[in-house]
Order: sequence, then C-alpha cells, then structure tokens
Amino acid sequence: MTLTADRIRSWRRAATSIIGVLVLYEIVARSGYFPAVLLPPLSKVAATLYTSLIDGTMLQHAAATLYRVLFGMVLAIAVAVPLGVLMARFKPVENFCLPLASALMPIPSLAWVPVFILWFGLGNTVAILIVFYASTFPILLNTWSGVRSVNPLWLRAAGAMGADGQSLFWKVMIPAASPFIITGIRQAFLRAWIAVIGAEFLAASDFGLGWVIFDSKEFLNADLMLASLAVIGFIGFVFERVVFGSVEKATVMRWGMVRAAKT
Amino acid sequence: MSEIEIRDVSLSYDTPAGRVQGVQDVSLDIERSEFLCLVGPSGCGKSTLLNIIAGFIPPSGGEIRIGGKAVNGHGMDRGVVFQDFAQLFPWRTALGNVAFGLEMKGVAKEEREKIAREQLRLVKLEKFVSSYPHHLSGGMQQRVAIARALAYNPAVLLMDEPFAALDALTRDDMQRLLAEVWHETKKTVIYVTHNVSEAVYLADRVIIMTPHPGTVKSEMKIDLPRPRDPLSVEFLDYQKRLLKELGQDKPHN
Repeated sequence: MTLTADRIRSWRRAATSIIGVLVLYEIVARSGYFPAVLLPPLSKVAATLYTSLIDGTMLQHAAATLYRVLFGMVLAIAVAVPLGVLMARFKPVENFCLPLASALMPIPSLAWVPVFILWFGLGNTVAILIVFYASTFPILLNTWSGVRSVNPLWLRAAGAMGADGQSLFWKVMIPAASPFIITGIRQAFLRAWIAVIGAEFLAASDFGLGWVIFDSKEFLNADLMLASLAVIGFIGFVFERVVFGSVEKATVMRWGMVRAAKT
Repeated sequence: MSEIEIRDVSLSYDTPAGRVQGVQDVSLDIERSEFLCLVGPSGCGKSTLLNIIAGFIPPSGGEIRIGGKAVNGHGMDRGVVFQDFAQLFPWRTALGNVAFGLEMKGVAKEEREKIAREQLRLVKLEKFVSSYPHHLSGGMQQRVAIARALAYNPAVLLMDEPFAALDALTRDDMQRLLAEVWHETKKTVIYVTHNVSEAVYLADRVIIMTPHPGTVKSEMKIDLPRPRDPLSVEFLDYQKRLLKELGQDKPHN
C-alpha cells in the first residue's frame, strides 16, 4: 500500500465520521420539534458562515483568537520546556516547582479570568495570560517526565564526547525528551483553546471567536454561534492533523522514537 | 612511562546487604597501542573498573593517569563504546552520531562531516551515512558506535562488552573488523569481555579478574601472530589456559 493511498484512506475515515454527525444534526433540526431560531438547519449555518467569511469578519475574529492562542503557547513553551528540564536535572528546582505545579494545575484557567481582568483590564493581555496559564502545566510536566526517562546511556555517551551545559541541553536533552515534549504541547494546545474561548467570553471586548459566540447569544443568532463553533473545530482539526501530525512525522517518527499505529 | 597507569584503584559502595568491595587495589600499566582485555565472571568488577577509567564513577581510592595526566571525570582523551545498541542518538543519522564529538570540540561542519565519513568508511558503513540508527542492524549500530568513539581521535578506546548482545556469526565479523580497525588506528584499547575466545582473538594481554572482592588474579600475554586463526592449535591452547585460570576448565556434569 502506498503512502498516499494510506493518507486518502485516513482522510476519508475522518470525513465519514464528521459527515455522519452533521447528517444526524440536520435530521433533528428539520424534524420541527425545536424552534429553528435555536436549532437552525445546516444550510442556514453554512450561509452565515459563508457571508461572514466573505466579508472577512470571521477571518478577523479567527485571527484574533489564533493570535492569542499562539502567543500564549509560545510563552508557555519558552518557560515550561527549560523549567521542565531543570526540574528533572536539579533536585532543588524540582522541590520548589513541583508543589507549585500541583497546587496551581487543578485550578481551572477560567477561574483566573475575573482575577486577571482586575489586574490587567479587558483585552488581549488577559486572554494571552490565560492561554499561557492553561498550556504551561502540560508542557512542564511532560518535559519533566521526558527528561527523567531519557536513556542514561545517551547522557554518558554525550558526556564522554564533551557535551555539557548548553550543548547537552539543546543537542541531547531536548531531542531525547521530544516525544514527551510534543505530547505536552499537544495537550497544551487543547487546553489553550478551551481557555481562550472562555477568556474571550469574559475579557475580550470586540474581537475573537469566543466573543462572537457570547455576543451572538444576546441577539439570538444561533446560526452565527454554530458557524463560529465550526470554525473553532476546523482550526483545531487542522492543527491536530496537519501541524502536529507533520511535526511528529518529521521528528520522533522519523527517528523511530515513536511508531505509527498499525492500520 | 606507560600510556595508562592505574595505581591501587578501589571502589566500595553500600548496599542493603552491607558494604561491597567492587574493585580492590587494582594496579595496571598499559602501553601505548596495546590491546588489553579484562576478563572475568560477572561481578568481578571488570565493567566497574572500565567505568572508573572512563571517568563515569570516581574511585574511592587510588589514582589513574592517562598520558601522565590524572583522570578526573570523563574527557576527550577517551572514547567509550557500550554494550547496549541504544547508545546511539536515535535523532541523529549515522553521520550525525559520528560527528557529535567533533561538533562538541567546535570542528567546522564541513570538516567534521569529512572526518565522520572517513570513520564510517573504516567500519565499512560508507553506504549508510544518512541512515537513522533504527534502520540499522545491531551489528551496524555497534560499528557506528565504534566510529563515533574514534572520530574525535581519543588516545584510548574503552569498550564494555560491545559485541555481547550480537549473534555468534555477527560477533565473529565484528571481532575481525575491530582487529583491522585497531591495526589501522593503533589506539590503546581496554576491552571488557567474559568471552574467552574473543579475548584470545583480540588481546595483546589479558587481565583475569575474580569477584568478591574484584581483584586482578593474574595476567596472560597472548603471543600469537595477527591476523589470528581461532582454529589453530596455539589459539585453542591459549583458550584452554585462560579457561583454566578462570576455573572454567572442568567439563559439565
């Protein structure tokens, strides 16, 4: 079986399950049991989505949300990856950070939104910080586990060849822990989306998909709400399949550090 | 002056069962370009001694000098090859693995890749420069590991049972290849093994160690012309004498 055939097959499978659910929704929506304002048929949602895409408003909102997610995640990666490595390598750092992580992690990021609004006012800062908060812990803990499970032989071999400090960090620790770090970033991305939409409900004035959904509720625009949800789903899907999928294929799968599932 | 001087090296450590003397008062002199094998049953401290020489474990007593300089931690005057195939970095190609030490030394990319290529040619892997370790067989991975340890041109090559996890046929090939590589590079080699015929095939001199505590029992010079024929009478005679030294010459009941 060729690789392209494999890929087509996997996309077809994904499409089948998504279309199946959409058809089910359409049947319920058209059954007449529920008012159409609350449960608009797909054609209506699609039309709304189309016009909002054409006039550019949806893209603007999506871009605003995506900007917050990516900004917050880049911050989280920049902090959590080095900190996770340090935690795994140095006991005092672990002793200091682990209780903090254990205490902060269970607090839902949304619970911080009102606090952050008080501190930073409405706008981008709050959303970005909430994303940062939500995505830091999965990256931190996965990096920490990843470095602790690095094959000690690699460290010995690297040490024998003169690696230390910076070179040991960049050229051994990070690639050696990369299956865990990628998993951490994946989990973080998921949490980041949940966090950003919540933050936008409350803290974003005027822009972002979360704000659109929240604002549409005031005007009973169920079709626009559902169109926004579709856009969120689409972006998530693309990131999961295309971005993370390709990163994995180009790194840990290519290196044989993780394997693809059997078909 | 010998290339490597080992003086009264000891290592003891605590276990739940009490204090264990892993290595006790080992003194050895190893000449430049000598191929030395450390042989003994498991627990005799041969691997521990190698790890001390490599600088991975500090000895609890005694001193080691290499080229007159006292060993303190690991250093680039020594290259190390382990038994486990997983010693290679899976995220680097064969070439990338071999070039690693040179990269740490600050050798320019073009130069280090040239040297790495030469090293891979030495272990007959010139066709696999851009393969990742998981695409290579166990024997090939160990050859990459040897090339990697040689690439930054250390004075001494330390090998800890590098072929013990290979099948018998591959092991024979690898021993032949290592004898060639040694002949070509003239490195000082310390090679740990529990395989008597491997020791007779490779070594200029065999050090026989015994456990509890880990000490040197005796040594044996292998005075055979190279390349050696493992089926010759002289070879088998050495093997027999070595087995006798190890107390392994009695037939099984």
